[in-house]
This record gives sequence, structure tokens and C-alpha cells, in this order.
Amino acid sequence: MPYYQDDYKIEENDTSNSSCFDIQVYCPEIANAAKAGQFVHIQCEGKILRRPISICEIDKKAGTIRLVFDIRGDGTRWLSKQEEGAFLNILGPLGNGFNLNETAKKALFVGGGMGVPPLLEAAKAFKGKADAILGFKCIDNSMLIDDFNDVCSKVIVMSDDGSLGEKGFVTSLLCDRITKNKYDVVYSCGPTAMLKSVSEITLENNIACFVSMEERMACGVGACLVCACKVKENDKEAYKHVCKDGPVFNAKEIVW
Amino acid sequence: MLERMGNPPPRIAETSSGILNSVGLQNPGIDYFIEHNLPWLKEQNTVVIANIAGGTHDEYYEIARRLDATDVDMIELNISCPNVHEGGIAFGTSCMGVENITKLVRRATSKPLIVKLSPNVSDIGEIAAAAEASGADAISLINTITGMKIDIKTRRPLLKNNTGGLSGPAVLPVAVRMVWQAAARVSIPVIGMGGVATWQDAVEMLLAGACAVQVGTANFTDAYAPLSIIGGLDNYLNENGFKSVREIVKKVEIWQ
Repeated sequence: MPYYQDDYKIEENDTSNSSCFDIQVYCPEIANAAKAGQFVHIQCEGKILRRPISICEIDKKAGTIRLVFDIRGDGTRWLSKQEEGAFLNILGPLGNGFNLNETAKKALFVGGGMGVPPLLEAAKAFKGKADAILGFKCIDNSMLIDDFNDVCSKVIVMSDDGSLGEKGFVTSLLCDRITKNKYDVVYSCGPTAMLKSVSEITLENNIACFVSMEERMACGVGACLVCACKVKENDKEAYKHVCKDGPVFNAKEIVW
Repeated sequence: MLERMGNPPPRIAETSSGILNSVGLQNPGIDYFIEHNLPWLKEQNTVVIANIAGGTHDEYYEIARRLDATDVDMIELNISCPNVHEGGIAFGTSCMGVENITKLVRRATSKPLIVKLSPNVSDIGEIAAAAEASGADAISLINTITGMKIDIKTRRPLLKNNTGGLSGPAVLPVAVRMVWQAAARVSIPVIGMGGVATWQDAVEMLLAGACAVQVGTANFTDAYAPLSIIGGLDNYLNENGFKSVREIVKKVEIWQ
């Protein structure tokens, strides 16, 4: 799979709220090669390690990708301050995306917090046939709800404190949704505890489930072996790597 | 020798001008390497150096013996990894330890043998001299410096291994000093590494006594770092009237 490293221009910077940023970057080679669920690795001033940011949307025609991200530390804070017209040094697209061979079937997307952006491009592939459950800490942390409403048939929004949609965790509704609806596949991204629950619930109900994992990362291309993720392989445990083998894994592979 | 799983994640933490890693020599074992990885490496039209680490003396000997029968170009003896509990650094922090393991591996192979030294010692010159006297064809230094970073919110180390190896620009002055001290004690080639990110850093290493320079951590920031370093070195040599890097090796003019 080809990937590129170059300086690419920020075309738009739409801050959607105070805690997350929303940018469009013109990077035709990356956009052309990118698949839903992949990520890019961005250089941040003064930082040795690039910051891995999942791709939220891909517009191959316009040659752009959309990145929606959380401000978590100095690196992402610097990124959030880069204005339209500024250049970012980006390496990508990296990782394996979602397996979307099953686009004809019915899918459920389950996203929590910053796990929501990487699901959007994949949801688009289901052309209105997919549903989504999106969970946020509170109304101030919510994002991309309109975008999901545009591409999904039903979108359920939840928040931990009840300030938006239904109160509770996404997993509290998941059981109910998957017993009432005949989903063939669940795609999920979010905090590890949430992914673990989603994985258990889908396995109990015999539904295929793919999760997008996160781990502290360095090279992004499978060379340094830092971003380890424990999996079951031929009946024994082994470490695979989020950047190269993931970030999307079959949930039944993961050792939680 | 056998497959190593590596350490649990997180395996990386960013520090001021450096990174700490605790990968723990994850690798598929010598037989898998020879069968599956080496053929691809040999197709890349470059020199292949196998870095080896065993848990015991016997394992070091056996790995070297098996590699001796392959078309690996050189063997680098890793007696300086701070992230494994057996082997690694345990053999590299005393002159006696270095002598024993180097002499043993020397008997197992006729291929060029590089001994990679640890900076976590009190007298690097003595260690370098011990490696040369025991049959090393070259030495490489420095491996990482053992370090630790603590998350003050959780009051836990950032690395699951608690400690890790520090690399990146933060260690360059230590590496340059040790390369200078080691080069003063041996007549075999010295390969300099540790924090080299720019061509200026590489010039320092060469002046200190390195015949060749390795670049590791800088690749995480910029995949083209080694190419920029080579380009910058060429300009420096031209501008200063040198025909080859050989002309600046060990040419630091020490204050008396």
C-alpha cells in the first residue's frame, strides 16, 4: 500500500467546539490512496513523535481529507492552532481500514467520543442502510451528529450526563438494538473499556464486530513495534501492532 | 533465539527532546527470521546487519552460528538492551561480561562482528577496549540510556515496563562524548549513534571518531531524515574542501 510524506495545505479550519478541531487538508496523493478507517501521522512543531489522527472523510475528487480531532496535549494543541493556508507535514495514509466488503448488509456503527470521527467515512459506504449509536461525555464534547444523520438511517445520540440525547453509555442501548434489529456487522471505535463491552455483546449475539484500536505510537509504518496490541493467534497470545496490522481488528482476535 | 513477545504497552513515552521506549526486543526468533525476513532484506540491495540478543551465552552462540550459514553481511551483538530481563544489558556492563560474550560469539562466526555497547557504564573506554581485545571487528554506540517518566496525575510510570531506553536529540551530547572516548581506545571502526537528527549532528559524530553514523529516532519525525543528513554532509564536505567523510573522522581538535 502506498503512503506519502509531504507538506500539505490546510484548506479549511472549522472549529466545531472548544475541545475539538475540524480541518480539511489538500493532499491529493493521500486522498486518492486513502480508505475509510485509515489514519495519517502529522508532524507537530517541537515534537519528536508525529501524532496519529484518524481520517474522518475522504474526498478523492477534491483531493482532500477531513480530520476531526481532540486537543489532548501539546502536540494536538499546536495542531489546533494552525490556520487555513498553513502547511502540515503529513505521512499517510497508514494502517488498514475497515473491511467494507459487506456493504450490501445491515451495519451498526458504535462510536464513543473521539472514536466517532473514524467511523464516518465507513458509514457513508453503506448508503443510508447503516445505523449509528454515538456517545459523548456531554453536549460540549459532541461532534459530527449532523454528518451521521445525513448518511445513516437511524442515529441514536447518548451522553454520560444526559445533557444530550439519552443518558448513559452506548453499550446500555447496544443489547437492545442488536436483538431488535438484524445487524450483520458492528463497527466500533472509542475508549478501550467501551470497545471491550461492545466486543463482548456482539460476540454473545454472534454478530461480526470490527474495532478500531488506539495505542501510543512512534513510526506509524510497522517498523518500531511500539504500538502493541495483544491478540490471540493460533491459540496463543501475541502482540500485533496498531499502525500496521490495525488500527482495525476483528474484535474476536483481541485479548482485552 | 526463540520468539520474543516483547513488553506490554504502552511501550513509548515522549520526553523533552527525546523518547523512551520499552519494546523489549519483540521478534519472531532466529529460524523464522532466516526463513521469512532475510530473503526480503537481501532483495533490498543494501548491507544486511543482523542484531542478535540471547537470554543466555548458549543462545548467543547458537544464533550467531545459524546466521553464519546465511548470507547476512554482518552480525551486531546486542549486549546493551535495557528492556529485557535476561541477556541484553546484563552482558554489556562489565569488561569481563563483554569479553566473555564477544569471545564466545567470535568463535561462532567468521562474519564481520560489531559489538553494540551500552552507555549505562562508568568507563566506556575500558568496555570498548575489551570488545576489541576479544575479537570484535567494530563497535557501535550508544544504545539507549535507561530512563523513566512518571505521569503525575496517575502517579504511575508512563511505560508499562516502568523504565525504558532514552533516545533522540536529548542523548546526542552523551553519545558524542562516548564515541570520542571509545574511539581514543580502539583501532577498529566505531559506528556512532544516539540522537543524530541533522547533518550537523552527523558531522559531530564523525569528528568525535565515528567512521559511520546510524540514525534511528529521527526517522519517526521525518522519514527522509537520513537523506537530508547525507545531502547536508556532502555540502559541508564540499564547502570545507574535504573529498570524503574519512577526512573528518576523529578530527576534533581537543583543547589541551
